[in-house]
Amino acid sequence: MADFVSEKIVSIIAEQAMLQPHEVEKDATLESLGVDSLGLVEAVFAIEETFDIQVPFNANEPGSNAFDISSVQSIIKAVEKLLAEAG
Amino acid sequence: MPRRVVITGMGAVSPLGMSATETMNAMAAGRSGISRLEFRDVERLQIRIGGQIKGYDESHHFTRQEIALCDRFTQFAILAAREAVLQSGLGPMGQRSGVVLGTSGGGLQTQDENFRKVYEEGKNRVHPFVVPRLMNNSAASHISMIHGITGPSYTVSTACASSNHAMGQAFHLIRGGMSDVMLTGGSESMLCFGGIKAWEGLRVMSKDGCRPFSKNRNGMVQGEGAAVFVFEELEHARARGADIFAEVSGFAMSADASDIVMPNTDGAVQAISAALDDAGLNPEDIGYINAHGTGTTANDRSEINAVKRVFGKHAAALRISSTKSMHAHLIGGTGAVELLACIMALREGIIAPTINYEEPDPDCDLNVVPNEAQQAEVKATLSNAFAFGGLNAVMALRKAP
Repeated sequence: MADFVSEKIVSIIAEQAMLQPHEVEKDATLESLGVDSLGLVEAVFAIEETFDIQVPFNANEPGSNAFDISSVQSIIKAVEKLLAEAG
Repeated sequence: MPRRVVITGMGAVSPLGMSATETMNAMAAGRSGISRLEFRDVERLQIRIGGQIKGYDESHHFTRQEIALCDRFTQFAILAAREAVLQSGLGPMGQRSGVVLGTSGGGLQTQDENFRKVYEEGKNRVHPFVVPRLMNNSAASHISMIHGITGPSYTVSTACASSNHAMGQAFHLIRGGMSDVMLTGGSESMLCFGGIKAWEGLRVMSKDGCRPFSKNRNGMVQGEGAAVFVFEELEHARARGADIFAEVSGFAMSADASDIVMPNTDGAVQAISAALDDAGLNPEDIGYINAHGTGTTANDRSEINAVKRVFGKHAAALRISSTKSMHAHLIGGTGAVELLACIMALREGIIAPTINYEEPDPDCDLNVVPNEAQQAEVKATLSNAFAFGGLNAVMALRKAP
C-alpha cells in the first residue's frame, strides 16, 4: 500500500513537473521541480481523484495548511495519513 | 482630422479552414463547412449538423498545461490571434495596444462537461481550472499575455453581434486615441450537447442545411471558430511599412427595443444608415454587403427590407450574400469570420456566394450572389450583425488607402 501511494504521488507530481517519475527525488520541493501554484492545485486535484479523498488544501494560503506540501515526501506522508483516517 | 484605422493582420480558425487564407479561399470556391456533428450524446439531439471544426487536435497546438487552462473557444482565438500578429509583423505590443473580443457562450464546452460531471455523474469534485476556462474574458486575457498587450482589453457579449460590437469598440479605441493597435474579433464554440440542446428548444435550427434567402430555407445552422484581426492606426502602420488590407471606415450600433428574439427592420435601418454616415460613405459607394443572413425567414425578410429602405434604387445594384451558408452561424464569432468576406471583396474583387440557394424568394429579390462567387470591383463594404435581444452592429470597410 505504502509503495502504491508513493508511486502514484510521484507520478502525479512528475506529470506536473514534466519529468519522468525516476527524476523526482523524494526530498525535492515542488518549487525546485518547477511546479508552480497552478500545477500544485492540479496536483491536489489529481491526488483527490486518484485516492478518492478530500485534501484540506487552500490555495490562498498554501504554506499554512493542514496538508504539508513542503516536499514530495511530506505530501506522501500527508496522503498516507488521510488514507489511514478514511480507513 | 480624425485618426484613421486600418487592418494589418488577419487570422482565422473556422469550419472552412485553419487560417484566414484557407477560409477566404473556401468562401471564394463556395465550399460548405457544414457536416454531421460529432460529440457525446449527439444521438439525443434533433439537430445533428453544424459547422464543426473536424480533425482539430488541441495537443498539436498547445501544451498539456495550456490545454488545462484553455477552453476550445479560447484555443481558437489564440490560434487566430497568433496568425494575425505574425502577418502584421508586430512584436510585443505594450500599453498602446489592447484586445477586444466578442463571444456569446464563452467557455460553454467547459461548463457543459463539468455540469455533466456534477449533475449526471454525481461527482463532487471538478477540475480546479473550471472557472478560468469558462470565463468569457479567458480568450482576451490569454491573448494579452501571449502578445504582451497591456492596454485596454476586455470582452463584449451581445449574442450574434458580439464580434461586430467588439470590433467596433476596437475601432473606437484607436480612433479616439486610447490605443494604436488592437487585436479584435471573436470566438465561439458551443457545439456540444447542452449548447445545441438549448438552441433546439428555440425551434429556429435547420435539420438539413443553411439556405439563406432561398425560399425553401428552414432555419439556421450553428458553427464554431474564431477570427482575429490587427486593427492599427493608419500612420502607425505606415511608419513601419506594414501591409494594409483594408480601412475600417465606420461603425454604428442600434437597439431595436422591441423583441427579445424577433428582428426589427427599423433597428437594422438605423444601424446601417448610421454606419454609412459614420464612414462618410454614400449608399452608392457600397458594392457588397455581408448579410447577417441566418437562414431564418424572420431575419432574411427583415434584413432585405432594411437594405432596400436604406439603399433605395442602389439596392438592386449591390451584392449581398450570406457566408453563413458555408461556415454556419458562429454566434459570437460570426461577425469576425464574415469580415473576411468583406476584405476579400475589397482586395481581390471576389464576392463570396450564398450557397445552397435553391429557390428564389420574391421577398428576397436582390443579388444574393447565388451559389457561385462573382467578380466585382468594390470600393466599400458593409458587414451586418443583428443579434437576439435586438442589438445591432454594422461595420463599414473601404479599400486600403
